[in-house]
Amino acid sequence: MIVSVFPPARRRSNSIFLALCMGAALFGLVFLVLILISLLYNGIAGLSPAVFMEMTPPPGSAGGLLNAIYGSVVMTVIGVVIGTPIGMLAGTYMAEYGRYSKLSSVVRFLNDILLSAPSIIIGLFVYEILVAPMGHFSALAGAVALAIIVIPIVTRTTEDMLMLVPGPLREAATAMGLPRAHVITKVAYKAARAGLITGVLLAVARVSGETAPLLFTALNNQFFSSDLTGPMSSLPTVIFQFALSPYKDWQSLAWTGALLITATVLLLSIMARALGATRTPK
Amino acid sequence: MANIALGGSASHVSGETTRVARLQKFKSWDALFSGLTRSAAIAVLVLLGGVVVSLIVGSRLAFQTFGLSFLTREVWNPVTDQYGALAPIYGTLVTSLIAMVIAVPVGLGIAIFLTELCPYRLRRPIGIAIELLAGIPSIIYGIWGLFVFAPFLQQYVQPALITVFGPIPVLNMVFAGPPYGIGIFTAGIILGVMVLPFVSSISRDVFETVPPVLKEAAYGIGCTTREVVTNVVIPHSRTAIVGGVMLGLGRALGETMAVTFVIGNAHKISASILSPGTTISASIANEFTEAVGDIYTSSLIALGLILFVITFIVLAIARLLLMRINNRASA
Repeated sequence: MIVSVFPPARRRSNSIFLALCMGAALFGLVFLVLILISLLYNGIAGLSPAVFMEMTPPPGSAGGLLNAIYGSVVMTVIGVVIGTPIGMLAGTYMAEYGRYSKLSSVVRFLNDILLSAPSIIIGLFVYEILVAPMGHFSALAGAVALAIIVIPIVTRTTEDMLMLVPGPLREAATAMGLPRAHVITKVAYKAARAGLITGVLLAVARVSGETAPLLFTALNNQFFSSDLTGPMSSLPTVIFQFALSPYKDWQSLAWTGALLITATVLLLSIMARALGATRTPK
Repeated sequence: MANIALGGSASHVSGETTRVARLQKFKSWDALFSGLTRSAAIAVLVLLGGVVVSLIVGSRLAFQTFGLSFLTREVWNPVTDQYGALAPIYGTLVTSLIAMVIAVPVGLGIAIFLTELCPYRLRRPIGIAIELLAGIPSIIYGIWGLFVFAPFLQQYVQPALITVFGPIPVLNMVFAGPPYGIGIFTAGIILGVMVLPFVSSISRDVFETVPPVLKEAAYGIGCTTREVVTNVVIPHSRTAIVGGVMLGLGRALGETMAVTFVIGNAHKISASILSPGTTISASIANEFTEAVGDIYTSSLIALGLILFVITFIVLAIARLLLMRINNRASA
């Protein structure tokens, strides 16, 4: 073997190094597996139809997570519906109309910062502009906070995906006399469709597990509520409240909720990945 | 363009007018759409500006009352309405430091494993699995940390640390008992696992852009894999690695829910990293809804402003470093 040519000291340091790298990969995988196993182990016991059909119970009695699941779905949907168009339009500006403009590079830079900004700060911001003036917590404020998290994600993926659309496609469309808006909406969007959907899926995945921005916008609600102007329950906030409580049955519901959220989020991100992989093989 | 279209085949007057009308519609739609996209882009700026302004406005009362000493006071007493940000700032920095001490070497190790060692067929699945760590919501890390990881540390790891470092002068202060399970140390480890994927995926991406010729040349003169990695691959991608590390650091500084579960929420600075503490984000998450009185709320918002300023600087540095890489790659 070629390796045996090396002096023992170098060979040894090389194998130690390689073993450490392998150990690093193992370290990451072990954490992933441990987390998933404890979620399944603790969460699956409580998984029953009641979880989807009953309200969150007072301590000591049976119940489910219906109001929390409903609240999560409603706020996520509203958040995505508000955030997606704004994000897509902003991304479109940066990739199409203003590809080389000064405004685009400023927006790109700040959007990337917004993308990784602590989500609890978004919660404080929405509290200041919506909750404090209105005088009470509301599901709408929660949805707006989620929308603010959606916007930078969708902006970023829209821009990236439109940048991948080949220029000649646009030139061909323009040569046929189409105005720019049509070139973008009828040609570029179509060509980048899979990527755009990926962006939205990623945003949904990120938002459906968000807790911090909901804590003091939508607050929580022990009961079922479809009133958008009042406090609304959501899975993450219920997990937060129940897991930190001293009651065993609340804690077990928290685990079940955690399992539901993780399953949803991982499913969404795997779907997004599969969709992205079909279009941009790497 | 419009003139050619008009002059070309329009034979009837009525046909001409519909054509003109249609072109007019095209034109106004184009203007409208362009305006819409532009205002959406500006909306992103306004949003970030709005966040800054609202935090400054909200924190004004706290800074007026306590002045800049707000940053250097350790006291946090809702009863006497005395607040200082030192303990949360300290907790934030120390937990993030522990996180980076774990995430940087391990993340680099994973990247090296994926680009140099891993069998080709396993690269994609293992890479995706590591990235899934970033996809798991932070509250899941929190509940897992509280019920599974903290008890494990309390029972096995922390007593061992206390015994091992007991006789060593400075370190016995850092690892002083009792083993609570929850605390700064636990929060730091969990943060480290959470930001691992940021470091590893960016490092892997830049490792893949190292020109094969460079590596082959190094192998050709008889370097081992370790020597190729430390002397060729890492120096070549240093800037991007630092960018990735800063990105991870930005995440670690602002991470909320996972930390809130396991940090113990004690507004004090202890020499021992095994004892409970608090971070900026955990204080806000725990206390904001219960905060009564303007000065309490304002102090918490002031904490938010401090966190925002710190993360903004870190993330801005990260983006600038990564931007330089992208420019070089496309040039």
